[in-house]
Amino acid sequence: MFNEMMMNDEVREPYRALVDWMEASGPETLQQKRLEAETLFRKIGITFAVYGEGGDPERLIPFDLIPRIFTATEWRKLERGVKQRARALNTFLYDVYHNAEIIKAGIIPADLVFKNAAFEPAVIGIDPPRKVYSHIVGVDVVRVGPDDFYVLEDNCRTPSGVSYMLENREIMMRMFPELFSKLRIEPVESYPDMLHKTLKSIAPKRCDREPNIVVLTPGAMNSAYYEHSFLADQMGVELVEGQDLFVSEGRVYMRTTRGPARVDVIYRRIDDAFIDPLCFRPDSVLGVPGLMNVYRSGGVAICSAPGAGVADDKAIYTYVPDMIRFYLGQEPILNNVPTWKCANPDDLNYVLENLGELVVKEVHGSGGYGMLVGPASTKEEQATYAERIKADPGDFIAQPTLALSACPTFVESGIAPRHVDFRPFCLVGDDIRLTPGGLTRVAMREGSLVVNSSQGGGVKDTWIMAD
Amino acid sequence: MLSRTADNLFWLSRYVERAENMARLMEMGYRMALMPAAGDGNRSEWASVLSASGCAQGYDPDMPLRQAEVADYLIFNRDNPSSILNCFENARANARAMRTAITAEMWEALNNALMELRRTAMHNLAKTDLPEFIDWVKRQGALFRGATDSTILRNDGYDFIRLGIFIERADNTARLLDVKYYVLLPETSMVGDGVDNYQWTTVLRAASSLRAFHWVYRDDYSPYRIAHFLILNPFSPRSLAHCSEQITNHLEHLARHYGQRSPVHSLAVETYSLLTQSRMEEIFSQGLHEFLSDFLKRNQVLSSAIAETYYFGSQ
Repeated sequence: MFNEMMMNDEVREPYRALVDWMEASGPETLQQKRLEAETLFRKIGITFAVYGEGGDPERLIPFDLIPRIFTATEWRKLERGVKQRARALNTFLYDVYHNAEIIKAGIIPADLVFKNAAFEPAVIGIDPPRKVYSHIVGVDVVRVGPDDFYVLEDNCRTPSGVSYMLENREIMMRMFPELFSKLRIEPVESYPDMLHKTLKSIAPKRCDREPNIVVLTPGAMNSAYYEHSFLADQMGVELVEGQDLFVSEGRVYMRTTRGPARVDVIYRRIDDAFIDPLCFRPDSVLGVPGLMNVYRSGGVAICSAPGAGVADDKAIYTYVPDMIRFYLGQEPILNNVPTWKCANPDDLNYVLENLGELVVKEVHGSGGYGMLVGPASTKEEQATYAERIKADPGDFIAQPTLALSACPTFVESGIAPRHVDFRPFCLVGDDIRLTPGGLTRVAMREGSLVVNSSQGGGVKDTWIMAD
Repeated sequence: MLSRTADNLFWLSRYVERAENMARLMEMGYRMALMPAAGDGNRSEWASVLSASGCAQGYDPDMPLRQAEVADYLIFNRDNPSSILNCFENARANARAMRTAITAEMWEALNNALMELRRTAMHNLAKTDLPEFIDWVKRQGALFRGATDSTILRNDGYDFIRLGIFIERADNTARLLDVKYYVLLPETSMVGDGVDNYQWTTVLRAASSLRAFHWVYRDDYSPYRIAHFLILNPFSPRSLAHCSEQITNHLEHLARHYGQRSPVHSLAVETYSLLTQSRMEEIFSQGLHEFLSDFLKRNQVLSSAIAETYYFGSQ
């Protein structure tokens, strides 16, 4: 297992200054900092809990004081790899909603795309501004060695967690001002500006003035509501609900105290199925009736475009390296995790015979629910899961259990290594932008590989060192 | 500004103001109950508190009209939409739905109040705790208003917040007077015994105006003066005249800000003129109760007109 901080009993270079500081300060200072951080976090954490977790004050996402650090060189590779992926995924989306060249070329099976639940016939043939469908791509990356990074999955719809990246940094800067002044850590606070720039750049062609941008939220009961209001606030744009918007004469308007105000760009944080009851789920009260018609006629831009989810499906995931080769003529910079598709009979047999070593996931699942972590499961669990796979093999994929890298983390017994992953947020508009940073999630339980917050995972600040 | 945001701001401040007024009302009941019972010992303080609260219709008729039961209904009852607990719940729900339109200080004041109140609600309030609790509620209202005053931008949002406060306050003062109007009738002053005197001062106390009243009128507790202080005196912070003046000013602000005038403005000015031009003698001869009922109706119409003018029926 790769330890982010230690290699061959030596402190790795990016962590040296941090470790020096920790040693010079002594365990007492550290303990005190930890208490301080807790107090501070409880204060801000109240806001996390209240907005993020339905008001239950106990449901804070655990925050760990010890940062996860990348060198400039490591980051450059990640950055190139993530941008390459974001570009390929968007090209793929444009392609499958137009000529479907990649299917004609026999690289991806037609059924996998056109029969996919996330494929959206309503957007076939539409030309979104700048041909971009997925404007915010969250790429989940894990590390297993000094130079070995794997992409675990892509998130092309509305990846969440970026507010944690920003808030974690706020806390760290308050806790360790001396480290920030001494070390050259790349700042992340430009993210909201970059997001704003990206959204502005995708305004419809018909928009003849400074575009009016809004964030569309399902409302205060949503678990990510805190993030929605945080981003709207940081960008200085209105946070709207479906009931605030209406469609009239081919444009979208919001109801304001001065009358209707035209809306040009909608950063929506509600699912495809809910955005327009006339087009999708008729029982949706979260959406805006008629929105899709306006979108189709170029009266409004929607970020991310409906139908973008077909690119981050777990079954499509296995073809992303082929996409990169096909569309960009490049070799993938970041590798996929080798994946067995249970739909394929040979793969299915292999998976069933090796359940104890594999991680099996539902193709459409997310949030770490409904997966089987082979090495951590009992024989009975494996047998039950095998039945589920056999019942519907097409719904499952399997991957080897990766030895995720571990990063030192404060736990009950002191400081101990815990497994981490990493999600940078790539913005795609007139340009492809990537904030030097991202969200590091950490599995707080010893040996656990599941970092999802819904499964007790925590978060860390991520430092990218400048050259 | 989004109409929903304006709506939320308006109701947010209405609910905080309502919680505070509810507490003041209970203070009145509590103090009246401390008086020796007159004559037959038929006590009705808590019945009048209940009827002044404007939420008597939800009160279980089989429940006794005693402090413990009425106070519990007005403070903690989840089915009473105007209970203090529900006022804070609603205020916070409104705040949360437009988190970006209020400041962190305002949010914290509100959030802390509700968290503490929820904890109190778990162990019921003992009888002796009531005065302390009343003070606590008034303090929360003051904290929230203070946070609002010192942190929020003086734009249209501020106007909607202030409109909410004064529409609610005018409603409460008028209702408080209406319930007790009979003690303020000139004829009663003929009786002029200690109990009446005490009742009038409690009305003032319920409007947190006793000290202020002293400064203005010294010790002349005539019903006429008390009614004047709470209805026509523009310097009294809870008088109908003051509330009406504030409402008119903030609507004027909005008109200038938006460059748009509507019927709601004339409506507000009309009520304001009525209050500046009336004299107490006329009001008494016309009938205090009739005057107050008319005012309550006007206030209600004004509130709906504000909603119509700026919310575009989005509700």
